[in-house]
Amino acid sequence: MDARETSPAQGRFPAGRLAFPHRDLTGIGQLQRHEILYLLDQAEQWVALNRRRTKHTDLLAGLTIINAFFENSTRTLLSFEIAGKRLGADVVNMHAAQSSVKKGETLIDTAITLNAMRADAIVIRHGSSGATGLIADKVDCPVLNAGDGSHEHPTQGLLDALTLRHALAERGEGAEDFTGLNIVICGDILHSRVARSNILCLTAMGANVRVCAPPALMPTGIGAMGVEVFHRFDAALEGAEVVMMLRLQSERMSGQFIPSPREYRHLYGLTAKRLALAAPGALVMHPGPMNRGVEIDSEIADLEGRSLITRQVEMGVAIRMACLDILTREARGVAGWAA
Amino acid sequence: MKQARPLTITNAQLMTPGGVTAGALRCVDGLIAALGADVAAEDGDEVINARGKLLAPGIIDLGVFAVDKPAFHFGGITRAALMPDQSPPLDLPSRVNFIAKSGKPDLWVHPLAAATRGLEGRELAEIALMQDAGARGIATGRRWIADSGVMLRLLQYAAMLDLVVVTHAEDGGLTGEAAATAGEIATRLGLPAAPAEAEALAIARDIALAELAGARLHIRQVTTARGFDLVREAKARGLPVTCGITPAHFMLSDLATADFRTFTRISPPLRAEADRQAALAAIGDGTVDVIASGHDPRGPEDKRLPFADAAPGMAGAETLLAMVLGLVRDEVIDTARAFDCLARNPARLLGVPAGALTVGLEADLALIDTDAPWIIDRRKMEATADNTPFDRQGAQGRVLGLWKGGVSLSA
Repeated sequence: MDARETSPAQGRFPAGRLAFPHRDLTGIGQLQRHEILYLLDQAEQWVALNRRRTKHTDLLAGLTIINAFFENSTRTLLSFEIAGKRLGADVVNMHAAQSSVKKGETLIDTAITLNAMRADAIVIRHGSSGATGLIADKVDCPVLNAGDGSHEHPTQGLLDALTLRHALAERGEGAEDFTGLNIVICGDILHSRVARSNILCLTAMGANVRVCAPPALMPTGIGAMGVEVFHRFDAALEGAEVVMMLRLQSERMSGQFIPSPREYRHLYGLTAKRLALAAPGALVMHPGPMNRGVEIDSEIADLEGRSLITRQVEMGVAIRMACLDILTREARGVAGWAA
Repeated sequence: MKQARPLTITNAQLMTPGGVTAGALRCVDGLIAALGADVAAEDGDEVINARGKLLAPGIIDLGVFAVDKPAFHFGGITRAALMPDQSPPLDLPSRVNFIAKSGKPDLWVHPLAAATRGLEGRELAEIALMQDAGARGIATGRRWIADSGVMLRLLQYAAMLDLVVVTHAEDGGLTGEAAATAGEIATRLGLPAAPAEAEALAIARDIALAELAGARLHIRQVTTARGFDLVREAKARGLPVTCGITPAHFMLSDLATADFRTFTRISPPLRAEADRQAALAAIGDGTVDVIASGHDPRGPEDKRLPFADAAPGMAGAETLLAMVLGLVRDEVIDTARAFDCLARNPARLLGVPAGALTVGLEADLALIDTDAPWIIDRRKMEATADNTPFDRQGAQGRVLGLWKGGVSLSA
């Protein structure tokens, strides 16, 4: 039954490798619109598989995937680990705490070491923007960015798009892309790689993206990325069909950027009252982990039919399976995918 | 290494303070003895035929971070003012004394004394003792002095000693750990960034304090339109305020950082294109006094890192001359002003008897083929590290011969 070597959507996309001509996935910024759509389409088969009782294939049997996480993570690491294992790969997790001052030297040395162990794909999370690209230059296998500094977190952008596509389809509003859809991203835009990947992904798919943050957490020149900039959440919410909340690190809520958590909630917390300002039936998303009662109230986070938060986690595994599948096709000798 | 016998360089285009004139130049006992169309070699002189090439003063590179003789000689640099940011910092007379002698005889290093102990910005260093030990100026180092009270007392002290104070113009509070200029590029890359106004804030304060103290202020690198406006206005009021720039800031904008290439990580960070244009205008209208290399060779352990974790700095000594000659070709400045910025003005600021083809000054000379084309190639550089942001760019202008005190430095 595992005839997944060929695209289920042949015809819509260029044949073979031309559908996704990248060795690495370092960011949404490197992708064309049709490449994003291809990844989303490819993920559908894994959504289906993941809902079966036996969630396994041997597609990547014999391949070694290393998850090298230089920054603490629970859910993303787990998601990548499950994705690799369900595809039948040997998955190894490496937790490299970023304690030493010379972390960058360790980074390059680590990349060379992982390469020497003949990994077939390396998944990297690192606290510095651009770190994934740096490693990709030093190794011979595909590299997946699982979050680099404040730069990008491409699989998060993709999984959010997939989640949204599913939710809209279930409402009978499904379309190939998000043309005309009003989406608000609210929170710490300045430090958020999730925000950047989502902005790139959602605008590429035609959505009208609004970003909302206090001035201290809004990066200069973000408007050039094709978004509308808001500082007042209430105004940003007007007519929004999707509200995407970001996590605010607690250390940024103690006077440096924000006076206090309760003041943040006062201005930016997604409460039932606020959500009522958005379009009727507006969908709610959050990349997790949530600060319940700060950026999002529990009653909203758990709101049946509106909150997509657990669905995001589910789609994350499918998206990561799609990425691992596609990026290893060359090494697996899949027809049409040789370099 | 004293000049053994007189040297006459004939058939040269002489880069005199007044402009370029054809003629010969004669040096005796390490000094320029005569120059002009009617100067001829005398019996017993060593004679060099310049074959119509440009004979210019050796470059005086104000504000380098390392003494890197091969790179300096390749680039036509005969004197370099060394920043106090060494390990340990140049905040003691003994260290200054050691550095002042370190390059002789074929390269003169003029130490810039640390303004404060450990360059911490809090307590004044022993500046008068360091002056006696050979310091030719005072520098705040890679950072500004945050405490305005300390800065004022430093400037007053420097005014008394008639030493120039070389400052770094970035407001520390705004800058923090920033690695880029706030704007679209930094936002797309997710880099920690500071607004370009951090520079104007620092310049405005330092000009006000220097005026109060009656001190000579040299802002080592001005890189923003608003910064140039402040310097321009101070000069118009007759204040002894000068400023410099390095080629990165008039050649490149923050677009060059778009691939996270750490060789473009410099301090202050690369600016927006409009600021780069303002830099060219400021060089053209005379607001900029000094063009320096900012030479800061950094090996892979400092540069093969994620962008924000990498050390700032670029190896610039070898490319400085070619970049400035590019400004001449682009008609931003003429050749005379180019060498004012490269030699004459730095000599004045440091108070050294060199930097121009003038009788009585030290015979520090560079013979230059201003048109010679070459490709900047980091694999072939003389510097102790290859961190140039200009790798694989075409350039024009090569040094054919270099003399320090009338003695040839050619191998």
